This record gives sequence, C-alpha cells and structure tokens, in this order.
Amino acid sequence: MTAPPEIALRCSNLHRSLGQGDGRVHVLKGVSFEARRGQVYAIVGPSGCGKSTLLYLLGLLDQPDGGEIAIGGQIMSNSDDVARTAARCEHIGFVFQFHFLMLEFSALENVMMPMRKLGRLTSVEMVARAHSLLTSVGLGEKTHRLGTQLSGGEQQRVAVARALANQPSIILADEPTGNLDVKNSGLVFDLLTSLAKDNGQAVILVTHNPDIAARCDFTRPMRDGLFV
Amino acid sequence: MSPNLRIAFRFLTAKKRAMTMSLSCTVLGVGLFVVTQATTSGFEEFFIKTILGTNGAMRIEDEIQDTLAEMKISENSEFTLSQREEGRKYIEGVQEPKLILEALKNFGNVAAASPVLRGNVLVRSSFKNESAQVFGINIDDHLKVSDLGSQVVFGSLEEFRATPSGVLIGKELADRLRLQVGSSILLDAANNQLRRYRICAIYETGVSDIDKVRVYIQLNEARSLLKKSTGISFIQLNLFNKDRAPQDASRLEDVLKHSAKPWQVREKTWLEVFRALRISTAITVSVFTLIAGLAMYNTLALIVMEKTKDIAILRSMGYGRDDISQIFIWQAVIVLIIGTIGGALFGASATYAVSTMPLTITGIFKTETFIVAWSFWHYVQAVSTAVVMVMVASLLPARRAARLEPGDIIRGTAQ
Repeated sequence: MTAPPEIALRCSNLHRSLGQGDGRVHVLKGVSFEARRGQVYAIVGPSGCGKSTLLYLLGLLDQPDGGEIAIGGQIMSNSDDVARTAARCEHIGFVFQFHFLMLEFSALENVMMPMRKLGRLTSVEMVARAHSLLTSVGLGEKTHRLGTQLSGGEQQRVAVARALANQPSIILADEPTGNLDVKNSGLVFDLLTSLAKDNGQAVILVTHNPDIAARCDFTRPMRDGLFV
Repeated sequence: MSPNLRIAFRFLTAKKRAMTMSLSCTVLGVGLFVVTQATTSGFEEFFIKTILGTNGAMRIEDEIQDTLAEMKISENSEFTLSQREEGRKYIEGVQEPKLILEALKNFGNVAAASPVLRGNVLVRSSFKNESAQVFGINIDDHLKVSDLGSQVVFGSLEEFRATPSGVLIGKELADRLRLQVGSSILLDAANNQLRRYRICAIYETGVSDIDKVRVYIQLNEARSLLKKSTGISFIQLNLFNKDRAPQDASRLEDVLKHSAKPWQVREKTWLEVFRALRISTAITVSVFTLIAGLAMYNTLALIVMEKTKDIAILRSMGYGRDDISQIFIWQAVIVLIIGTIGGALFGASATYAVSTMPLTITGIFKTETFIVAWSFWHYVQAVSTAVVMVMVASLLPARRAARLEPGDIIRGTAQ
C-alpha cells in the first residue's frame, strides 16, 4: 500500500465576512479543507455560497477573519503581506475566469512574468521554460503574439502556462472554463489537470460546470458558506 | 532591465496620449525655466559687467573721522570720559592718495587702483551749454580699473594720452552738444576757471547717467581746472575676485580709515530689481512645471484606474506592494528622464534662439540683442524643480496602486 501524497494546502475553520455595516454578510462559516499534491479538487455550489471567497483565501489574496491556512505545512493565515506575497510567488499559481493576461505583453512575456519575479532562472532559461510551457499548451507558434492578438481560449491557455511557470505546489483556478466554449473548456481543463498531475501539483478549481467537476478527483459541494 | 521597469515602460507606452501630455509639460516646464533664467541672469550679469567696467568693483572715498564713544582717563583709572556717539563722520575725499595707493598694494585681492579727481563743470559748446562732471584720471591707471578702452566709439585713446588738453566725452553729452571728435569745448568750473579742451574721443558705456554727464580729462589738468593741488575724490579699484568685494571693503575701511563702497552696495537698488525679476520669473515658470506634475498625476491616476486588473494579476503572481509602487514610480522616472533631457535641449535651443533676437536697450546698459547667460546651474535648478514636482505628483497614485487589495479587485471584476 502506497502512502498518500503530501499535503500541499490545508485550512481549518475558516471564517470570512464581506461588506460593511448592515450589509456585512458572513460568507464562510468555518470551512475546513485540505489538498494533496497530484490531486484535482472541484469546489462546486450555487452563486454566492462562498466558493470564490474560499479560493482567494486559500490563494492568500485575502485574509480570513478566523481560522488557519497552511501552505506546505507553514501557517500563512496570520502572516504579513510580504510573507504572503512571497508564498504566492513560490507556491501558488492562479488561473482566473477572465484570462487576466497583461495585454501589452506577448504570450511569452506573460508566462515569464512570475519567473522574473522569482528570479531563480537566468534570462535564457526563463525564455526556454516559457517557450516549453507555451508549446505544451499548444501555443508554440504564437509565443510572440500580444494578448490582444489571441482568442479567448488561447488567452486562457497562456494563463494556464503562466500559472505553471514557477512550478508551484498549488494551482488555484476560479472558473477557468467559465468564459469558454465547450471545446475550449475541455481543452483548457485537460491541459491544466494533466500538466499539474505530471508535476505533482494540487489543483483546486471552482466551477459551475458539472462535467468539469465530474472529471476531477474530488468534488466538494458548498452551500451557505460550508461544505456539505 | 528589471521586471518592474519593464512593466512600467509598457504601461506608459500603452497610454501614448496621456504620456505625451505629461512629457510635453515636463519638456515645456524645464525648457522655459532654463530660457527665462538664462535671459534674466544674462541681463543681470551684463549689467554687473557694465557697472564694473565703468565705476569699478570698489571705490575708496571719504576719510573716516575718528569719533570716540568712550575713553579711559588714564591707563590705570576706572574712570572713563564719555562722548555722545552721533554716527560716523567723514572728511570729503582722499587727502593722501599716495599713502593709500601704497597701502592698497598689501591687499591681495586688489588688482589695480586708479585715483580720480571729480568736480562739477559747465560744458560750453558753440551749440549750447550742459552741466557735467569732470573726472580727472591717469588714463593708464584707469584702463586697469574700467572698460573705458573698449567703450570708445569715436576717436582714439592714444590721442587723449598724448594731448594734455584732450577730453573723453560721453556719447549722449556729445550728441546733446552736437560735438564730434576734434571739436573744441570750454569747461567752466565753479571757481570761475574757464578752459578750452579738444575732444579726442567719444565713449559710450550704455549707462545713460554716465554718458550724459561724465567728461574725462587728465588728472593734472583736472587739478588745475578745479584748483585742487592735493588730494583726490576717490580711488577706483579693480579686484581679482569681484564677489569678495564686501569683505574686502570692510577690511579696507578698518585699515585705511576711508569709506570703501563695494559694487554690491553701490548698485544695490538695481541688483535687487534683477533678483526680484529672476525670482518672479522662476515662480511664474514653475507653474509650467507644476502643470507637468499635475499631468503626471493625471496620467498615473488614469493608469492606476485602468490597470487595477493588471495590478491584481501582478499581486497574485507574487509582486509585492513595493513592486507595484515601484512600477508607478518608474513611470514617473521615465517621463522625468525623457522630459528633462528634452526640456534641457529645448531650453538650450530656445536660449540660443533668444540670444540672436534683436533688442535695443540703452539706459542702464547698452545692447543690440537679447543677453543670455549660459549656466549649468540653470539646468540643475530646472531639472530639480521638475523632479520634485513630478515625483511628488507620482507618489499618491503609486501609493494608491500599492494599497489595492488583489482579492477585492478580482472579486469586483468577476462580479
């Protein structure tokens, strides 16, 4: 019997309220969750149930009101902005619903952006890695195209390549196929999961798409700020 | 190139119109600052050159009379004799010029000295009479403390040097009396001395107050005309370092017991006018630089608003608040570098163009064109002003960008 894969991310009893005054809503009501390397997790649920809020908390883009988040065994929920930023750079890759490419930069430059910040590779190595990632998502011929010169599906594939650039242990994807047609949805999902699995990365994705959710290793339905 | 600089450059070039506006304002601000400072300083420096070339860097004039405020009755006595002090008193002129001239040789900053005997006269020509002042000089001494040699517009100094009854007359006075080189005039001193002189040369300093009243004659001739066999009115000095004149004047007064007036005190009124003019133009032109700052603020604020999504992406990729702040500061720096270089070139070109523009001024000096001063410090001041304005203007948008919470942005975009 083989040992279960290493835990990449763990959170426990997460609370988060959004809004102010009378309009303040208790979005997350004590959520606990863990993700292991090489596994793909889908978080599903109706709009407003707290899926994206949870994802941003796990991605250290937001801070919880209560609870704990550990990345690679290190508690990050109470750390300062500098530590959380460094953790994002090294351990986390994001894919957003709206592609979020930097449109003034080419596909290659977009993929190199996280690598340049991390600074582990030389310039030549960065170019080679970015080229290789773009080739693996089927855009080897379009590396020098600007974001504006790529279709929606192509932009999202660049975003996938970018998320993988620093070989993070966790990939967080917020409805990565939500803005794509069926064909491109399948393509992007397959790319994301296969590349992540190859590299032993934990993938947590939020989706409304039941087909996509069904193809994940684990599905965690959410309702009213809690896993059900 | 650092990642932040690379991103800053792309952000900026993506907003071409706004960036061009900021850049134009910076270029204009720096350029106009340079050109106005060059012209105001130019006129000021030319005025100083003119007055140094006419009245010298300093004048040793009236003798200071000793006035004691308090005096001990004897060396060992506690008692003192008090005298009411009524300010400094002077005895007109320099009674012992030779002693003073000898003493002046011990002052390292004194380059040359020229004794001058001055007196009021009436100049009579065949056309009309005019009041004037004769300045009795030793021409060779006086050429060392003034620019008289280069101010001669008609005739020659050689003739003046060789002719005891020769005079140098100001152009304005010559015009009023309709005199030319070679004409004869009568100088009528207050003591009923009336003597005939011949005009050897006509000079023009450009200073109206000099050109319409001053008549130079030989010093010995002046003694005879004014009936002053000893003493002189003042000693005009040339200094190696003109800026040190006030300090030297103070020392000279203490040592020589004669009043010593440096050019900075003598011409204080005009110098204050020039200073006020320079400051007021600097303030006026700084408005352009202020507009450059506002344009920069506007551009960056616009970019922050339009790039919130990109800021969120960068933050999600591990770019910190400092990086975001730096990206916006870099944009201001890029505009500043290009703007100040462009502004300096524009300023230099405009200064050159202005210096060739015809402009006739006489009165306090004489010029036919705009006078400009080429000074490295004008560029330093212009660039410093632009740096302060633009950097201050960029801090606010940069801080705002750095404060943006990536979670809020992404949540807002997704909704």
